[in-house]
Amino acid sequence: MGRGWFLPIAAALGFSFLYAPIVSLVIFSFNESSLVTVWSGFSTKWYAALFNDPQLLGAAWLSLQIAAVSASIALVLGTLAAIALVRFRRFRGRTLFSGMVSAPLVMPDVITGLSLLLLFVAMESLLGWPQGRGMLTIVIAHATFCTAYVCVVVQSRLSDFDRSLEEAAMDLGASPVRTFFDVTLPIIAPALVSGWLLGFTLSLDDLVIASFVSGPGSSTLPMVIFSKVRLGVSPDVNALATIIIGIVALGVLAATIIQLRSKPKKPA
Amino acid sequence: MAKKSQQLAVDTRPWRDPGNNKPFVRIKNVTKKFGDVLAVHDVSLDIYRSELFCLLGGSGSGKSTLLRMLAGFESPSSGTIEIDGQDMTDVAPYNRPVNMMFQSYALFPHMSVEQNIAYGLKRDHLPKGEINDRVAELLSLVKLQDYGRRKPHQLSGGQRQRVALARALAKRPKLLLLDEPLGALDKKLREETQFELVKIQESLGVTFIVVTHDQEEAMTLATRIGVMNLGEIAMIGEPTDIYEFPNSRFVAGFIGSVNMVEGVVTEDEPGHVRIRSSELGCDIYVGHGVDCAPEQLLWWAVRPEKMVLSREKPHTDHGANVTTGTVEEIAYLGDISVYQVALESGKRIRVSQTNSIRGKPDAITWEEKVYLSWDDQAGSVLTV
Repeated sequence: MGRGWFLPIAAALGFSFLYAPIVSLVIFSFNESSLVTVWSGFSTKWYAALFNDPQLLGAAWLSLQIAAVSASIALVLGTLAAIALVRFRRFRGRTLFSGMVSAPLVMPDVITGLSLLLLFVAMESLLGWPQGRGMLTIVIAHATFCTAYVCVVVQSRLSDFDRSLEEAAMDLGASPVRTFFDVTLPIIAPALVSGWLLGFTLSLDDLVIASFVSGPGSSTLPMVIFSKVRLGVSPDVNALATIIIGIVALGVLAATIIQLRSKPKKPA
Repeated sequence: MAKKSQQLAVDTRPWRDPGNNKPFVRIKNVTKKFGDVLAVHDVSLDIYRSELFCLLGGSGSGKSTLLRMLAGFESPSSGTIEIDGQDMTDVAPYNRPVNMMFQSYALFPHMSVEQNIAYGLKRDHLPKGEINDRVAELLSLVKLQDYGRRKPHQLSGGQRQRVALARALAKRPKLLLLDEPLGALDKKLREETQFELVKIQESLGVTFIVVTHDQEEAMTLATRIGVMNLGEIAMIGEPTDIYEFPNSRFVAGFIGSVNMVEGVVTEDEPGHVRIRSSELGCDIYVGHGVDCAPEQLLWWAVRPEKMVLSREKPHTDHGANVTTGTVEEIAYLGDISVYQVALESGKRIRVSQTNSIRGKPDAITWEEKVYLSWDDQAGSVLTV
């Protein structure tokens, strides 16, 4: 039976739906014209312009820092929450805890942002901390919703974790702490890596929450791009987006290679 | 009970002389509750040095819970566990002189075979050279010399099983616990491995406690078997005791196949008992005394291979131990054939016969009227 033409065409349409906008963005980043939609020849001048734009570069650097820090905080908190939910089957308030942990997944960003803003303002007037809004408040806000994602990812890995592996380590003389670092951690490491990457991406991506909780002088990259675009799309944004896509593609490629190498091949 | 081999050296069977032998593992009145569920109920068990003791039972019988309490993964709700004279009831698993081989093998997937085996030795902070020697020795014991560098997922099921065994033996434990050690292997490999396991156990002299639900495995491996049912020990004994002299209907039915009939005691003498069974349609004459009363309702259990099938009515003493019926089904298993005979009462009895003659032309066949007979020691009289 031949496969026919339906599947290839469906695949082509699907992929073009997903990637045509990105491809056109990459192409237009090499456009000479300053009009984004009119092609007038190949040029890399917008890349040069980008590297001379301290506002964009500063925002990119800030976003990367925020993403790295909040993903790391979320990794620790989310993993702890996942362990509590998977390992301690019954404790008082478990249902409440599990609901609270995953609530940020379904909470609209606007509400999360607004409520955090109100919290920070209230805390500042009551406790004097955090002083003003800036990088710190964005990190706290991002860590909050990234924790939920990390928790979900790690939870699913932990729930198909064979507990007898830990028992075997303890049986062979390893203390519970030793067992965690020798056996549990290496086995759930892929979930931790993907949880961290997920948190990093989400934080890098976020516009709405960051807009609520940021202060003067702490505009993240999405905020800067968004405000630029409102005044008309400038081609150096295309150049920046192309660089980010390149970095992300390399990252995904690296992660895939690592996963393929470490993935146990199923015995025949 | 027939203990003709009483003269056999007691030092290989210390449980026959408990007065002069100290048990190695002592489980005293151990009870384990999970919430309201009674998993293990008041179990007391003595296991001797170098024994290969099998805990046999169905799922939910409490056998695995008992094993996990020996390993230290569960602590008893009440009772004590003593190993080699030391109270182990509240000792953490990583401080016990006990190792366990897990049903899932629980090999560390991110470590090579060598690292898996060396893991316990590293926790003991042995010098590197000694660890390497010990690992090499164990690899050759389980015949995996060339597989040390492989990861567990690159091994077959049988090889993984042997790595798990080597890892559990690495610390030279006084007591090795094995949870369904052959459960994941296919039938042929299981049979080979059974003998290998016994050989290793005998050569190292380690005490083994094996949990299994497979009665054939228990019969092959064990010096003694403890049959568990609903959290309690139903019977402890050597494989032959368990099979030939079960103490209850549960044990008789659990091990092997059995025909069980109800009957009423009509004669109760010190030397013999006569039981009338309407199910069998004849009297059962038992050639030894039984602790029972006249008119008592009891059960008589007989193994299929202890009965004889014939076309002509055989002569039996005391006008008992023979009945008649029609062959309903024949299962030809190669070495033996199993006949299902329907008696006049409607009761179905299974009889097995050895196929000692090739292609016997006049073998008993379907719908034939046959006689079943047995001798006066063939069955067990059971009151519970």
